[in-house]
Amino acid sequence: MAEIWRKIRLYGYAGKILHVDLTTGKTYTEPLNEDYAKKYIGGIGLGMRLWFDNSKAGVDPFSPENPLVLATGPTSGTVWPTGGNGHAFVAKSPQSYGIGESKSHGSFGTELKRAGYDAVIFHGKAEKPVYVWIDDDSVQILDASHLWGKPPAETEDMIKEELGDYYIRVAAIGPAGEKLVRIACIINEKTRAAGRCGMGAVMGSKNLKAIAVRGTHDVTVARPDEFLEFVKEFHERMKGPATKKYRTLGTPENVLVHNALHCMPTRNYNNAHFEAAEKVSGEYLNERYVAKIIGCSSCAMRCEHICVVNEGPFKGAMARVEYEPLWAMGPYCGIDRLDAVIKGCELCNYYGMDSISAGVIVGFAMDCYENGILTQKDMDGIEARFGNHEALVKLLEKMGKREGIGDILAEGVKFAAEKIGKGAEKLAQHIKGVEVTGYDLRSLKTAALGFAVSFRGADHNRHGAYAFDVKGKFNRLKYEKGRAKAVKDIEDVYTIIDSLIICKFSRGTYYKEFEDLAKLYTLVTGFETTPEEMRLKGERINNLARVINVREGLGRKDDHLPYKVMHMPIPDVGPSKGAYVTQEELDMMLDDYYEVRGWTRDGIPTPEKLKALGMDDLIPIVEAKIRKA
Amino acid sequence: MVKIHERKFVSADPDKCVGCQVCEYICAWTKEKVFNPLKSRIRVVRLNPLVNISITCRLCEDPPCVAACPRDALTQSEENGTIIVDEDKCNGCGWCIEACDYGAISLHPEKKVVFVCDLCKDRPDGPQCVKWCPEEALDLVTADVLAQKARITATKKLFQEALKVALPT
Repeated sequence: MAEIWRKIRLYGYAGKILHVDLTTGKTYTEPLNEDYAKKYIGGIGLGMRLWFDNSKAGVDPFSPENPLVLATGPTSGTVWPTGGNGHAFVAKSPQSYGIGESKSHGSFGTELKRAGYDAVIFHGKAEKPVYVWIDDDSVQILDASHLWGKPPAETEDMIKEELGDYYIRVAAIGPAGEKLVRIACIINEKTRAAGRCGMGAVMGSKNLKAIAVRGTHDVTVARPDEFLEFVKEFHERMKGPATKKYRTLGTPENVLVHNALHCMPTRNYNNAHFEAAEKVSGEYLNERYVAKIIGCSSCAMRCEHICVVNEGPFKGAMARVEYEPLWAMGPYCGIDRLDAVIKGCELCNYYGMDSISAGVIVGFAMDCYENGILTQKDMDGIEARFGNHEALVKLLEKMGKREGIGDILAEGVKFAAEKIGKGAEKLAQHIKGVEVTGYDLRSLKTAALGFAVSFRGADHNRHGAYAFDVKGKFNRLKYEKGRAKAVKDIEDVYTIIDSLIICKFSRGTYYKEFEDLAKLYTLVTGFETTPEEMRLKGERINNLARVINVREGLGRKDDHLPYKVMHMPIPDVGPSKGAYVTQEELDMMLDDYYEVRGWTRDGIPTPEKLKALGMDDLIPIVEAKIRKA
Repeated sequence: MVKIHERKFVSADPDKCVGCQVCEYICAWTKEKVFNPLKSRIRVVRLNPLVNISITCRLCEDPPCVAACPRDALTQSEENGTIIVDEDKCNGCGWCIEACDYGAISLHPEKKVVFVCDLCKDRPDGPQCVKWCPEEALDLVTADVLAQKARITATKKLFQEALKVALPT
């Protein structure tokens, strides 16, 4: 019976892809390819495959020919804890010029699923600012000229007001996305961001201000009774130790942990230890600023630490604060004031910028200033010393508006350094054009490999390999051959997480990893899946991403580490003193990794590997590149 | 008719509620076997990140919804004070929705009738939202117990320091 029913509809999936051509104003749908669903799951996996199918090699990220894909996962819209609420954006990144992807949570994804779509593909470019209103089967492209220039939160309120429904969900760009700031993000429900890789700039390049969604259809799963039992079990697991960190101090707990190990990049990588860490610690934040911890749709753990400033120059600032933005706008800029950090996060939400990259760019600008590469005049009169919290706030505003020095900084550290010259390249800490995150790769060498090979550029969320180093599973100061296997395995888990889509904060509750993930996928979709098949899906998605990057011209040379990681040993006296990564060490890491992945020495997936993963149709791409190499 | 002091309804503690919508999903599942917040008898409101609460029927004394119905489709249960909708009489006109101060009654997205919390009368273990709430923010209580709880919370806040001395943790 189930087989017959499946011919009519799918479980978990909505079964439909929506195409919106902003150039012509035409919209149409196509059925979800069941083979794609099984192979690429949903979220970033399905999103990247759809992007690949709908784009040509070498497309410019800001060209109308660069489609922006919005995808939900099979668990979106169910009550799966943390899984019910995610959505992903995929496009070519204006930072890395390879594949860009970013997820966000909240409730937006659930609404899109109930509207009846697994993915939406935005093609072309609208003549003037528009927003797309998806109301179940009805899809309209509406004028957004009155919304242009508004921050995402105000945009959301105005759209709800004019469409007359306060339960509509909205994802929007801010002024930064409109002005093609390369670190622009897409914000849903006012405070939640698909932050990394500049997806907001791609959206802005299409003149697409916002996406508003209302979905009224039911979501069903294949085996509801067992599914709900599993939900109940995970509710219990989420009350346990695996999620304690997120429910209590939150990720800012990392500040003191990283600082003690001397693996917290400080003052644009000039140090790995911040002397004033206590004042920007998770403990300090929770004691003084956290007003409430809230949760996403269908989540059973709650993690969102909403911080409010009650006094001083930034009185009234409110933002969600996690370790990464706190680190980027705090220690990375040498700033020891949390009120300024909260204000900084609020400004990033206002302009619609990735708060990690924004902080790193300010740190870079301060380093340029301290080294005389940028003068006070270049800085529009701002005294951009490390530690100057007023400079942080001013520079963020200038970046969001692309005003003065902000116009250069809005390009991200890589392109800004090229424009500035005078050796600024050596101060630009990025991988593939994407700014670094809060893990000092000189003293976390398993993480260094994960970061170097991450398909979306510098990022901790493509692998989580830092955990091996921080928790002492491996010698973090020395890379040893054989570790690539561990990095590959965790990468494969992470692509599954981002495709289902579930939340990375809940990863510890999947005690049996692939077994639990396979069970979840089976109960939701009805596609019987073994743990090994599930693992293969994760591996397949990583290979797909790599093939896309290969098609776009990225290769071994792009699996690099930031300049200071390889040329400036950690100066601080302490547990990491003298650590850095040599070229030989990086080569050993990459050789080790490519071998484990079944890729060539140039980092190209082999035809045999793609065949084994059932991606025969991608073989011509790699064959051409292998011949060239 | 059950006395007002004995009438229990589902109430959310705004200090504990995080706006996660688990109650909505479980309600829709319990009543209609689908995942769809639009079919939930309890709805979450998030005014801003700090202000979250889920709202359902308060089982009012002399309920205005019952009085407002021009077709006598709504009655109040003698047994527990819940509002009973006669789906044969209801035509979805929406007078009851307008009359309710709490937005506790909704129009069904498919059927042309309204629906409202019935405290999961078919479930021996009571309202499922209360059972599933991960934050234990929901409770099935009488107005009297709510007042008692509020008084205890207020007192605890007032005497924070004294409690620390008396009960070291």
